[in-house]
Amino acid sequence: MTASESLAAGKLAVPQYGSAVGVHPPLDSPGYRSSTLRAPHQPLVRLPQGLTEITGPLLGPERVTASDADLTIGHPGEPLGERIIVSGRVLDSDGRPVPDTLIEIWQANASGRYAHHVDNHSAPLDPNFAGAGRCVTDSLGRYRFVTIKPGSYPWRNHHNAWRPAHIHFSLFGRAFTQRLVTQMYFPSDPLFALDPIFNSIPDAVARERLISAFDIDLTEPDWALGYRWDIVLRGRTATVFETQEGR
Amino acid sequence: MSPGITPSQTVGPFLAIGLPWPDGPFVVPSDTPGAIVIEGRVLDGGGQPVPDALVETWQADPASRFDHPDDPRGPAAGPAGFRAFGRSATDSEGNYRVVTLRPGALPGPDGGTEAPHLDVSVFARGLLDRVVTRIYFSDEAAANAADPVLASVPDARRDTLIAVGGMDPAGGGGYFRFDVRLQGENETVFFDV
Repeated sequence: MTASESLAAGKLAVPQYGSAVGVHPPLDSPGYRSSTLRAPHQPLVRLPQGLTEITGPLLGPERVTASDADLTIGHPGEPLGERIIVSGRVLDSDGRPVPDTLIEIWQANASGRYAHHVDNHSAPLDPNFAGAGRCVTDSLGRYRFVTIKPGSYPWRNHHNAWRPAHIHFSLFGRAFTQRLVTQMYFPSDPLFALDPIFNSIPDAVARERLISAFDIDLTEPDWALGYRWDIVLRGRTATVFETQEGR
Repeated sequence: MSPGITPSQTVGPFLAIGLPWPDGPFVVPSDTPGAIVIEGRVLDGGGQPVPDALVETWQADPASRFDHPDDPRGPAAGPAGFRAFGRSATDSEGNYRVVTLRPGALPGPDGGTEAPHLDVSVFARGLLDRVVTRIYFSDEAAANAADPVLASVPDARRDTLIAVGGMDPAGGGGYFRFDVRLQGENETVFFDV
């Protein structure tokens, strides 16, 4: 049935996105102090997926330039730290690639300091590193950033609290339901067991999905280490809903 | 085996490095005929402003259409310059602001008609996942009364989803206020989508 036929018949064929129940952290996570006054107390109300939810902004090449995917350029000199390549694919949970979708990232510098006025960590700023990047996935859902490995840094959540090194990722997918903001971590970080943000994810298997893998094939000789990380958004199934006009 | 979904993590306090765009708040340019302003504050459970939040909006165009291949009525480009998507970081007083066009009503998934609305995502330090809400309009009383989503919300909380029309302090055209109260008294209704 084509879209126009389905509309004429009073039925709108629209995809529905599968549940992410049990995957995302609960909003109320007492170990994460900032959630105390910000996490809603009332239960969420179920929102059936309608046209507003199964569509979404298709932001692509118009929002990026080729150099936006390399965080080590655009300054007078090279940033300090360990140069790395971060690459992978964006998929949905049915295994389909998500092409032509905008990815935005931001991160601390190699010393564990953000180029942001609120960050008062005593580690040095790097005049050659701003810490923001963006790119659009290719037709197979692949992305690739060049950056430097961010440092761990202290925060005030509890005594002697340190965040494991991470890069913030923001993704749109193809629909409002697929919007995701998350963090990518690095393998074997000794801080994992102590971090309330990482451990806010209830399922240990799901938690591991945020950890990138060192990849020698992605590593470029004499230049940069490679880390591979695939990102999986909610998958979808076709379904039909009736309009009032069709009854 | 199907791959597992990647879990969410908080945007943290430094989202301003990576997410705001200069044109983010402008779903349409300010001088677009019919442009309205929606603004308000994001507040925490203590009533304090949240200065490190990001508010994103997504909506149909005034003709009730989406420029998207999954709209079964066929994609429609919409009015010139209309992006359908808005993004505003909050300022030091917790204020956000978007400039947009009023969306049209939509056929709903359960057979009814959804009143004009915007879907809203709010991200902030302290939120381990985005929270999702909707903005409806106070001058659409009849459409709101028939809206199946509003009907699913307890009476006493429904007003938290309705932007209130008023006078633009900047002297512009259509103007609506919509505050997001993350927690506590008059807590905004948030959705599981």
